Amino acid sequence: MSARTGRWICSFSFLLLCAASLPMLGNANLLQELGPQEYFSSLQAGRVSLAYFSRNVSPSAQPFLEQIENSVEALQDYGISVVKVNCPKEDVSRYCGKENALRKAYLFRGNILIREFPTDALFDVNSIVANVLFALLFNEVKYVETLADLQNIENSLKGRSNMVFAYVPATGTAEHRAVMEAAFVYGTAHQFVLTTEATLMKDTGNDEPDVSSARLFFCHCQRAMDLAQPCRRTPMEQALTMLNIHRHLKLMGAPLVTEVAEDPEKVSTVHLQLGLPLVFILSQKETYEADRRTAEFVAWQLLGKAGVALLSRDVVDLNVLLRSNVALKTPDEGVPIKYLVLEDTDEVITLVEDKSKFEQIRENEDEEEEKENDNQDIQDDQVVEAISRDRKQELPLEQILTLTEETFHSALLEAARTVVLFYASWEAVSLAVLRSYVEVADHLKGTQGVLLSQVNCWDWPGVCTKENITQFPTIKIYEKRGRSLTYNGMLGTEELARFIILSQVSCPLKLATIDEAEGYLRGELPSELSSYHHTSVLGVFSKATSVAREAFVEAGNILSGHVTLGMYFEDDALALSRKYAVSPPALLLARSRGQSVEGIALSKQNAQDIVQMIRYELLDIFPEITVQNLPHYLQLGKPFLIMFSDGDIGQIESKEMLKLAKGRPQQAFVTCWLNLKNTPVGHGVLKAYFATLPSLPVLVWVNLHTGGQVFKFPPDQSFSEVNILSWLEKLKAGLEIPSSNLSEEDWKPPLPAYNFLQMMETTVPEFTLHTSYSHGDTQEQQQPEGSEEKATVREEQPKESGVKAEKGQSPGRDLRGTAPRLARREKRHSEL
Amino acid sequence: LRLALCAGTICTTGSAAFLYHDYCVIGAGPSGLQIAYFLQQAGRDYVVFERSHAPGSFFALYPRHRKLISINKQYTGKSNSEFNLRHDWNSLLSHDRRLLFRHYSRDFFPDADTMVRYLEDFASLLKLQIQYNTAIVHITLDRDQQAWNGHYFVLTDQNRQNYKCSSLLVATGTWVPNVVNFPGSEYVEGYETVSINPEDFAGQTVLILGRGNSAFETAENILGVTNFIHMVSRSRVRLSWATHYVGDLRAINNGLLDTYQLKSLDGLLEGDLEDLAIVKDKKGKLHITLRFYLENRNTSAGIDSITLPQDELDNFATRAPYDRVIRCLGWKFDFSIYNRSLRLMPGKGNKKKYPQIKPSYESRGTRGLFVLGTASHSVDFRKSAGGFIHGFRYTTRAVHRLLENRHHSVPWPSTVYPTTQLTNSIIKRVNEASGLYQMFGVLADIILLRENATAFEYLEEYPVGVLAELETQTGRKAPNGLFVIIMEYGRNFSGADKDVFYYNRAVGEAQHAWQSNFLHPVIYYYKRLPTEREMRLRSPDWSLPRPDAIHHIVEDFLTDWTAPNAHILPLRRFLENCLRTDLRNFFAESCFLFAFTRQKLPPFCQQGYVRMQGLVGSKRLQRHAVDAGLLEDYTVADFTGDRLFGSREGSQDQLLRDHAMPVRPLQHLVNAKDE
Repeated sequence: MSARTGRWICSFSFLLLCAASLPMLGNANLLQELGPQEYFSSLQAGRVSLAYFSRNVSPSAQPFLEQIENSVEALQDYGISVVKVNCPKEDVSRYCGKENALRKAYLFRGNILIREFPTDALFDVNSIVANVLFALLFNEVKYVETLADLQNIENSLKGRSNMVFAYVPATGTAEHRAVMEAAFVYGTAHQFVLTTEATLMKDTGNDEPDVSSARLFFCHCQRAMDLAQPCRRTPMEQALTMLNIHRHLKLMGAPLVTEVAEDPEKVSTVHLQLGLPLVFILSQKETYEADRRTAEFVAWQLLGKAGVALLSRDVVDLNVLLRSNVALKTPDEGVPIKYLVLEDTDEVITLVEDKSKFEQIRENEDEEEEKENDNQDIQDDQVVEAISRDRKQELPLEQILTLTEETFHSALLEAARTVVLFYASWEAVSLAVLRSYVEVADHLKGTQGVLLSQVNCWDWPGVCTKENITQFPTIKIYEKRGRSLTYNGMLGTEELARFIILSQVSCPLKLATIDEAEGYLRGELPSELSSYHHTSVLGVFSKATSVAREAFVEAGNILSGHVTLGMYFEDDALALSRKYAVSPPALLLARSRGQSVEGIALSKQNAQDIVQMIRYELLDIFPEITVQNLPHYLQLGKPFLIMFSDGDIGQIESKEMLKLAKGRPQQAFVTCWLNLKNTPVGHGVLKAYFATLPSLPVLVWVNLHTGGQVFKFPPDQSFSEVNILSWLEKLKAGLEIPSSNLSEEDWKPPLPAYNFLQMMETTVPEFTLHTSYSHGDTQEQQQPEGSEEKATVREEQPKESGVKAEKGQSPGRDLRGTAPRLARREKRHSEL
Repeated sequence: LRLALCAGTICTTGSAAFLYHDYCVIGAGPSGLQIAYFLQQAGRDYVVFERSHAPGSFFALYPRHRKLISINKQYTGKSNSEFNLRHDWNSLLSHDRRLLFRHYSRDFFPDADTMVRYLEDFASLLKLQIQYNTAIVHITLDRDQQAWNGHYFVLTDQNRQNYKCSSLLVATGTWVPNVVNFPGSEYVEGYETVSINPEDFAGQTVLILGRGNSAFETAENILGVTNFIHMVSRSRVRLSWATHYVGDLRAINNGLLDTYQLKSLDGLLEGDLEDLAIVKDKKGKLHITLRFYLENRNTSAGIDSITLPQDELDNFATRAPYDRVIRCLGWKFDFSIYNRSLRLMPGKGNKKKYPQIKPSYESRGTRGLFVLGTASHSVDFRKSAGGFIHGFRYTTRAVHRLLENRHHSVPWPSTVYPTTQLTNSIIKRVNEASGLYQMFGVLADIILLRENATAFEYLEEYPVGVLAELETQTGRKAPNGLFVIIMEYGRNFSGADKDVFYYNRAVGEAQHAWQSNFLHPVIYYYKRLPTEREMRLRSPDWSLPRPDAIHHIVEDFLTDWTAPNAHILPLRRFLENCLRTDLRNFFAESCFLFAFTRQKLPPFCQQGYVRMQGLVGSKRLQRHAVDAGLLEDYTVADFTGDRLFGSREGSQDQLLRDHAMPVRPLQHLVNAKDE
């Protein structure tokens, strides 16, 4: 590193020398103070000076004077003297006399006024130097405003000279100064073009230009032959500073590919001097043309990042493998050249661009492989890992009957209902559910008529196949009568316990009298159900409507365990339905006890439609979203208007939101809220949405299904229905900027797999289409038909690799095999 | 039309009367009974012809010394009935659990009579359609465009009764003794008739021709009472534990190797039997000489004029005279009953005892003729178990499935699963499947991917040699790529001259699994079905052509491939990279977070949580996941102000970061340097 900075200083002093060699005026370091007469008489032809006229120092001019003083030194480097001209009081000449002339600075070459600057344009040293040089180099630096201007210049340069195109967001900035300073030095070598128009950046092929930062491109117009094509551009990756620009221009000036015919250790190019690596493409007579093309291709890719040299093996006697085709020389002293066998140009690029990969390749190839594999054998499945960490925990299985192929059928006859968990003892999700199942068993201890049992399908595949178990785990409830029900709800303790209890009641429950029906709507249910029961749904049918009634019964079978359904179809059903202002067939809904009963006409005659309808009706208008209930609302496929609250939601907010939700029954979105105390993972959601935690409660609009934009309700507005609605209008009109967007990314494999195919390629060549490597060319060879040739190849391979043994073997893992494995015979082959 | 014609199972064509069946099976041995069982289960019209009065007549006679060398394991420590078949080499496949061989014998190596009894029970309990005392003496073809295969098979029995069949299933085994002819071969006794009473050999010197299990079994029986025994054969002895081929010399029969190698008492010799000659002297002793000497001698001279090798080479190995010479050279297929038009040809080289068949077990010469059982062993001779009950019970089932698809439009049985079950379905099969295990390298499970890889179809035990014809042979479609699951031994591990006990023979680490030596599962991935050409051009000792990716599950001492990190994790990574998706499991809470923060969900959340079947997980498990850094605990942190985001370099990040990591392509494609 120190060597690198050394070179830096060296090249910069060269620059200073250029500047310092210009003739100087007067003393260095000091702001000259002269009278007007003295000043004008001292002006020499060709000398540039910046003058500021002052009568008496006004307080407003003070900061400007300070900046002028600070820039004296910088301007002197470019042979520009800075003079403060003290005007006598009585002077009424051109510069001293007028009041507004005193608010300006003047740039003279000899005694010719080049430009006058308002003092507010010269606010600091950067702006002073930038503006002064900008004025001086009016011819050398073309300022463009339109794309057409730029193209005209570009076209005029083609075949003649190169162009340096810079964009600065504003003049007078440090970047602007850096460009002007560079132009001062290189202005004769290249055509400099400057713009402050961001639109020109958009048209330069950058998809998403960052218009807030300055950019500089080197346009290779000199070699551009085709007038129709724009010149090839090399952007400067580093920040726009004088040093970086200098460095960049040096690199652009260097030959694209250097031909080398000497010991590469002794080669030095401008790249190495500037602290960049040098890539050698190893060539030989036979492949020279192809290698030359390769080198040029690589060189263009690496322009500004590394140098490329073509090294002829025929001339230089290299003591390296014949297969090696690329060498890398780093600028660091004492690091030997690394010879490599690479397979495509991308690898060369990666070698230079990706430092980490670069480091890896520098390591021994073996170790590199080892390193890459490190993460692959680390478990990244949260369920599997949790189960394996829990494997020593003994499960209290006393409450659960373990069934076998022999006992399965007899066990089903013992209790009114037998719950069976079919699982595989090696499968993580099964084992996770088994743990919840144990909790369910504990929960339901003493419940009459329910027997909890389990079948391990790894032990008893026959019974699992017979019961049509295709997924692990599967939970089924068998009734003594022979009917069975497959559980398809959340695999959690509460949900499963609730299902088991609710499925005990027949669904739908046939109610015999109108009193029973009314009681059912009031929530009068067997006591053991009461804690699991939410909404009563009662189907009312007249005797005549048998089609709808049968469909309802079928729907009840499907929903059994998930909801409680009642059914009333006696003669006086009409009276019941009339009370709730519907006519049969109809559904009566009593959401949580004591509240009013809602009547809905049952227009659907198909069980599946009725299931859908009941499910939909059971959704809350303004639900609290939890991990457990989110899927129900996700299925609606609508955007979410969700309020995140730390604890219960406030009365006012709740009222307003409820109003909003109720206001439009056919909502185009789900109105809901989330209690961070109940659902702490909501913090994770907020973290993904916002850079900083917004003050709670926060109202958010999320397009979960389309586009994925997230909008935040303005925190300065109160949560009133009116405000929210007008905000939503603005959202729809596209007047709001999303706080964030949900990632669209696919779920790719988290890590690569072991590439056994590649590993086998080395030792078992007959398996694979052998890929032979030749310079610049790749051939896929069909393997020969005869096997004799192959046999010899096969035998030789292990011998070659037998030398490698036991290196880097992690101890303690050997005994997992069938016998201690001590050496890694035939493990892998060295590249070199 | 045919059905109408043959409604009464008696077809009348011209003057000849035929008894018609869709399927005719020749032979009621194990494979004949096995195919009969499947045909019966499927409700097909079939008949089995058996020349004897009872099934399994070969076992009534052989092995002569009555000890079967197929193992009958009573205990495995496991109750999994499919797994236990891996160590039950005698049972046939059926739904009837009474018909497991362990209910018939407690012997590890059971008696052959037990096999006869077992086969009788199998035939009678399952009510199989067998016509006993019917010896098929001639088979010919009757061309007919209406027939399934363009011709009917016409079978003639010993009573000149003709039978007409659409499909012919040959389950005759190999029962014709191999005989060599050389001067003096008339003095040789055959294995079929030689005495099995050791007393008869007391004080005798015996020469045995042959080096298979029957030769060693014969030697074993008389080893204690003879003077010495010599065995001669062209090839060197092949020990089955070294070759992993059950047809080679089994350890139970190898007592002679002890006495030869320890005390130079008995001995093995290599030599071509065709070059031998046996001369009987006046005392009745048998002398070994060479055919060469006999050809050169003066024909008119007496026995004393015959040159014996020891006349020229006085330390010639077999210079001592023998009292008996026994031929134990095995059996071959009976080719004699097939008309030339059937073009049922013997195989080449060491497979000439078997008829030539395709990997689908169909004859190369005649469509509709399938060879089952021992006679079908040319497919995997000296490799797998297709010549033995524990192997061909599965290949027979495969043939039946092919027939069901071909003639009855019943596609190969398959199960469709969601992608989330992909790893599970493979792990389940490789751990318990017996067919894959016995018929390693021959039968393979096939996973056909559905579009977008959201679901897949699982086919069991398909003959991998006809992989290219999978779509026509199974009636299933494979447009989106497939996995082939097969069991393999390590390359170059097995063999007659290999030291299979070399130190360091087993691989323990998953990353070196491809070097596994013992039988282990291998999964091949193809982006599209290999073509017939690719199958044909594959390397001769490989079951399959080069895949797009391959995975080996590392060999296991217990053949238990359920270890989460060593077995399941690398398999999951392989499958993920083939399907380019994330197959991890997630707790409901993670799915909740993904549902709110990402537009797409991983398959596990998609197929579980979103369908209201999320995995909630107990508190303790969630705690473990948090400890492992795979789940974030949002309840403990102090969520105030900026600390919320500043302080949590959380594991959720890890989870998402893992996911965002660049994916290295499975196979690095080499492109031209100069593009």
